[in-house]
Amino acid sequence: MKKEFRVIADLLPKNIRVLDVGCGDGSLMSHLIKEKNIEVRGLEIVEENVKKCIYKGLSVIEGNAETELHQFPTKSFDFVILSQTLQAFYNPEKVLKDLLRIGKSVIISIPNFGYWKVRTSLLFFGKMPVTKTLPNSWYNTPNLHMCTIKDFFDFCIEKKINISKVVGVNEESTSEIKKSNLEIKNLFSKVGIFLLK
Amino acid sequence: MPSIAGLFFYMSEKIKRLNISKSILLDCKQTVKDFSLAYETYGKLNKDKDNAILVFHALTGDQYASGTNPITNKDGWWVTAVGPGKAIDTNKYFVICANVIGGCMGSWGPKEINKRTNEPYGLNFPVITIKDMVKVQETLLDHLGIKKLLCATGGSMGGMQLLQFCATFPNRTFSAVPIACSTNHSAQNIALNELARQAIMADPVWEKGKYYKKNIQPKNGLAVARMVGHISYLSEKGMQEKFGRKLQEKADYEFSFDADFQVESYLRHQGFAFVERFDANSILYITRAMDYFDLSKQFKGGLVEAFKNQKTKFLVISFSSDWLYTTKENKDTVIALNSAGADVSFAEIKTDKGHDSFLVNEPEFLKTLKGFIDSMHIKFKNEKK
Repeated sequence: MKKEFRVIADLLPKNIRVLDVGCGDGSLMSHLIKEKNIEVRGLEIVEENVKKCIYKGLSVIEGNAETELHQFPTKSFDFVILSQTLQAFYNPEKVLKDLLRIGKSVIISIPNFGYWKVRTSLLFFGKMPVTKTLPNSWYNTPNLHMCTIKDFFDFCIEKKINISKVVGVNEESTSEIKKSNLEIKNLFSKVGIFLLK
Repeated sequence: MPSIAGLFFYMSEKIKRLNISKSILLDCKQTVKDFSLAYETYGKLNKDKDNAILVFHALTGDQYASGTNPITNKDGWWVTAVGPGKAIDTNKYFVICANVIGGCMGSWGPKEINKRTNEPYGLNFPVITIKDMVKVQETLLDHLGIKKLLCATGGSMGGMQLLQFCATFPNRTFSAVPIACSTNHSAQNIALNELARQAIMADPVWEKGKYYKKNIQPKNGLAVARMVGHISYLSEKGMQEKFGRKLQEKADYEFSFDADFQVESYLRHQGFAFVERFDANSILYITRAMDYFDLSKQFKGGLVEAFKNQKTKFLVISFSSDWLYTTKENKDTVIALNSAGADVSFAEIKTDKGHDSFLVNEPEFLKTLKGFIDSMHIKFKNEKK
């Protein structure tokens, strides 16, 4: 399982209700059911992934998070998870608002555009960065609203969204990000995982 | 072609029937008892009774979901999905299907003899609802000794029965797959049903439903009613691809009103084949039941109330080219289930085959159905342990 998923799973208490937005083939969902006895539902846009989830006996709704989050009642889940897709929405702010409405807490992970490899790629080669976390070229990337960990940090403060915890993930390690180490972690984390309330 | 009376006499010997001895209060306020429910089963109920699947049929279906229909000698209406090795595998599961009341394959319906008058009911048959159909079928589960089903499923009107079943008898099934259906009948669907009814009633043979006396059917009207149905079961694209403007075994137009086009010939064939197996009054009654269906109307708190406290695991399936029960309508069911906190999955099958997709060989649909039921079986067994 992806390191990011392990971090997310560690942030979750046992025996709760979770909505996994953009749940893919359900690997995180399966893990949460098995390890934490979590009641988990998924929302997924890719038909193939929806079927994979169904075959595994996972509860999944085929649909687009950009337009279909309204179907979930307010505070109907303890946690809502959105893994590395916020930047792909036309209107990430609206999606985030919906996530915060549906969940008592929200976990969001973002691919960090402030990661040093991304920065150096643009600085030295003068080209849009293509990395493992950002594998697409400028013309076919689904990522419309790239941001850095610092950007998202500032965004939450500006919008008065309560940040409970931020974890930075890179190949070697995972570490907690605080205001005091934000600059350096923004440089060395590939992915930032935010726990919001 | 056998006469209708001859066909119905022949039917009576081969049909499994359950006599409903307990009183049932119909929505129209009539209380009824001592009538029959025709049904069929496939596969075997296992010792733990954890492999029973109830299938609800659609408007013109019957209890013969699989194998060969012994009355028509044609394939059961859902052979694509139900049978040995199929998505609903009868080597593994015990499948139950009953003919709805109001129908004409052996269950209590308008062509049956009214014991009071010794004549067929005709229009004296009570106007029944989807809820009435479902209440009667529930007694069959008692009769078969099944407390909790592994799964219940059905498409179109079968799906509507299923949603009603889940709302009226919560947790009588571990899982449910409503296919291409809705929680109420749309204006468009009521309009199409009205077209079918008007076609039947406009046939002079119909005579306010008293045609049984003469041992005939309002064939022309019933055939037109069926043609309307057939158009609505296909998609525009599917129909264009299948028929286009192709002519029926001729090189050019014949400058007449015979079936020049293949699509005309197809509709005529479907229409007139149908009158041999279906009773016109049954169409009136069953379409009426569909039109009256509105689950939210039955519960004060609307749909959320209808589905509250559901432990049943739902999988709603829609078809992208279905314009009779659109994806949007199916999604509304999902939203209602979600709002009630029910466990619900949803998948839209991308296909050009229209509303008919659940009846024909649509591999993606069948794979999804199988995957869900098999995974639910494992869960159900674990729950029972």
